[in-house]
Amino acid sequence: MNAVYVTGFALIIIGLWGMLTQKNMIKMILGLAVVETGVQLIMVAVGYIGGRTAPILDSAVPVKDAAEMIVDPVPQALVLTAIVIGVAVNALALTFVVKLYQKRRSLNITDYKDLKW
Amino acid sequence: MIKRLFAFILLIFTSVMFYTIFSNTVQSTELKGVAKQYAARGADELGAQNLVTAIVVTYRGLDTLGEVAVLFLAATGVALLLRRRKEDEVLPLSEDKPKRQSSELLRTGANLLAPIMVMFGVYIFINGHLSPGGGFQGGAVIASAVLLLFLSDINYKINHTVFGLIESSSGVLYVVTGILGIFLAGGFLDNRILPLGELGSILSAGAIPVIYTLIGLKVGTELAGIIDNMRREN
Repeated sequence: MNAVYVTGFALIIIGLWGMLTQKNMIKMILGLAVVETGVQLIMVAVGYIGGRTAPILDSAVPVKDAAEMIVDPVPQALVLTAIVIGVAVNALALTFVVKLYQKRRSLNITDYKDLKW
Repeated sequence: MIKRLFAFILLIFTSVMFYTIFSNTVQSTELKGVAKQYAARGADELGAQNLVTAIVVTYRGLDTLGEVAVLFLAATGVALLLRRRKEDEVLPLSEDKPKRQSSELLRTGANLLAPIMVMFGVYIFINGHLSPGGGFQGGAVIASAVLLLFLSDINYKINHTVFGLIESSSGVLYVVTGILGIFLAGGFLDNRILPLGELGSILSAGAIPVIYTLIGLKVGTELAGIIDNMRREN
């Protein structure tokens, strides 16, 4: 289980590094997507309980013993939401990049100084 | 460079923070609180075999409605930002070349695969209350079928009237199903407006398959719309 935590934290740090150091706006958005993946991994890992199975009550998991046999279903439901919102945010961010590229023909963030002070 | 140094220092602090969180995390050994209640009562109360689906669609149904609303807003934002206005002068691309149609083989293969992919997406969201899967996943599979058609055929166009009709009617029906829950069952988005049926059969879990089908159709058409908007730009 620790390996999943470490992978998640590593993904967050790699994504942050990408967002902070890259100049290309598409690469910055990809950094954000990598951070999202790391957060989702950690959220699923938080709900894991060693030796238990997925929260699906089929023939292997009788209903009356369910509470002793399954992992926590709540973080999984939250991650499902997080993934969908992540897709929506990424699509919107990429649309902004498309729009900016149409105006200036540049993907480099340093070419956009209008809001810089 | 000084900026890179700052970024590096920030990341070191973040790593230290994560290490502290990680070393203080105690892996839980049993379900607690609300999760325990869901696990113990979910199957009897809602009749859904897949507990994650029971939580997403019914126990936290309002969250899912909000999630669908956020996705709808994002799709609307994409369409609004990328719409073509006549007065917008777009700088011409110097490297613009005429597009070449892809080969017959690729187009035939894609046309053959796309209906199967749509069918698989429908399978995923109809079985959402029984097995891993659900409306969002099935919708994404349907949208990937549309993406395949877009990639393989440069002249492919989606029917905007049909897509818009499916999207808006499934959104409205989702809310109507939720409101029916207030009058016929315990509250907003309660799935017990339909008989719960037998645990594990396809027609069980009350309104959960209905809601997930509507979500699947809505998400599929919405993501296909986002892809279509981004493609028309180029």
